[in-house]
Amino acid sequence: MTTGERTYDIVIVGSGAGGGTVAQELSPLCRQGLRIAVLEKGPRLRDEEFTGRELEMAGALYEDGGGFLTADGAMTIAFGCAYGGSTVVYTGTSMLPPERVIRRWDVPGLTHADLDCRARKFMAENNAHLVEDGLINENNKLFVEGCRKLNYDVQQFPVNIKGCRGSSLCNLGCPNQAKQGTDRVQLPRAERNGVEVVTRCQALRVGEKTLAVRVAAKPAGAKGDPSPWEPGDYQIEAKIIVLCAGAVNTPALLLRSGMGRSLPRLGYGFTSHPAFIIVGEHAHPITNFVGHPKSYYVDQFAESEHFVLETCMYFPFITAKSLAGFGEPHSAFMRAFPRLQMILVLACDEADGYNRVGIDKAGRPVVHYRFQHEAIRGLIRGAITSAKILFAAGAVRVHMPVARDTTIEARDAARLEEIEAAAEFQPGKVPVSAAHPQGGCGMGSGPSNSVTDSYGRVHGLPWLYVADASLFPNSLEINPYVTIMALADRVAQRIREEVPALL
Amino acid sequence: MPLDPDPAIFRAVASAIVPEAAALDEQGWHDLNQVVEALLRDRPESLKRQLRIFLRAIQWLPVVRYGRPFTRLHPAARQRVLAHLQNDRIQKVRVGFCGLRTIVLAGYYGRRQAAQAIGYAASPRGWEALR
Repeated sequence: MTTGERTYDIVIVGSGAGGGTVAQELSPLCRQGLRIAVLEKGPRLRDEEFTGRELEMAGALYEDGGGFLTADGAMTIAFGCAYGGSTVVYTGTSMLPPERVIRRWDVPGLTHADLDCRARKFMAENNAHLVEDGLINENNKLFVEGCRKLNYDVQQFPVNIKGCRGSSLCNLGCPNQAKQGTDRVQLPRAERNGVEVVTRCQALRVGEKTLAVRVAAKPAGAKGDPSPWEPGDYQIEAKIIVLCAGAVNTPALLLRSGMGRSLPRLGYGFTSHPAFIIVGEHAHPITNFVGHPKSYYVDQFAESEHFVLETCMYFPFITAKSLAGFGEPHSAFMRAFPRLQMILVLACDEADGYNRVGIDKAGRPVVHYRFQHEAIRGLIRGAITSAKILFAAGAVRVHMPVARDTTIEARDAARLEEIEAAAEFQPGKVPVSAAHPQGGCGMGSGPSNSVTDSYGRVHGLPWLYVADASLFPNSLEINPYVTIMALADRVAQRIREEVPALL
Repeated sequence: MPLDPDPAIFRAVASAIVPEAAALDEQGWHDLNQVVEALLRDRPESLKRQLRIFLRAIQWLPVVRYGRPFTRLHPAARQRVLAHLQNDRIQKVRVGFCGLRTIVLAGYYGRRQAAQAIGYAASPRGWEALR
């Protein structure tokens, strides 16, 4: 193993929505002679390596193949680990930060107007727009039809795609490079301006203006290019360090760097969107595994009942994993795949005193997560509401993970309220996978209530910044990437202002 | 390394979780096992050990109630044993079963033949492939 030393002016850890944005926004400084590097733990894949094959792509693009488990094993958390971070594996849904949420966050110095303005800049930069009607598949159209019959306020997602062919494989990395993630927009621009990107490079510890990192060799047969650096351990000196490794890895990095004592809120305030799918079977095949998978949503229940519904369409294994139970009832739904309509139920949880990111003895991240009562109610209410939508859209039967008998026939649709009353949610039995990990380095006024200020600067360490979803002091309640970019833009602005003092 | 040295145990559990697996030929089981092994390759040794212990427990726990191991039970009894684990009052048992179930589902549905069998035909060519 090589042991090397490197020196930069600014080092950015992570290349997702936060890191990619910071890299782009700081990259003009390279023209003034500053040296900037982005360190990314995951690989950088070549275009032709995005095959859309499920397990192959999940293994290449996600942390733990998409199966990162909470400490008690009752929930998996999906987040990306590649050049572009989670922006490689999201569906590109582009949502402006909700005003009520930002107001409720109550972070001194952070206003909705400021975030909204920055978010709109990135919506435009990423080509976020509504997909035209002719490209919407029946999985999405049936959702709209069901919602309208029930008078639900269904809305269309703006998505950041360009030249989409409707592969439906967004969550496995777009095989047509249509999704405008940081791997397509911000990082290439930053590199053109002179920013270096070092892949397969994991940050081990942060010290006083230093980083200890480990560069991994490319495993035999793995996808992606080798790291531009030789495998080995490196000590990096940097005058400014910006952590954008995500809501699981950024708090964990600071914790294993021994910063928990001076920052008592470090790791706390972790939230996510615990989610499961509700599947309806139609009598005839529908277009579902073709077309953009996530075109519509219903968020009218977010405040009152703690859930949001979104269209979705997954792949054979992840669908099988997401259906509850086993044996013939489970297989029957799988055999009906071309006739399946899918809805994703996302529960909105709240930051509490328990859910948090910690580390194990080896310094690896551990997410301690307990389902809150409101989140469980949200999942159950969301499941029943989804079943109503599916039946209203013509489904002949629905898979209901929280019911004792997981198959509900259309003739029993009138009994849904009764089924809800008897519904049970047992962690470990009902398959729940969370998306959108948030919090752990929340913004606030001081170390007693937060980890950073409203510009992502870590309390007491003027050279250390955070610019990712870990900044959220509480749940954003919606798909977060645009808000992450807006916050990262603020952080980059502050760094540009501070450069003369810090360098 | 296979999940259990005795392949009959894993096959019996897998066939109870995915009934179609019972019809797999040797090549099919080989493919399924390869997916499982690839999935577990980078996982901590402790996790693999837990799965092996769990699999062994499934094999021998039925002796208490049915007087014979899991592999010698008829399919309906196998379903009951697994349902009992899935609904167990102890969360660790439910989570253990969930982990094993996930491995089996990955092995079975992670194969291209299984995707074809259920009619899943997503293509990078998207709408164009449909026409």
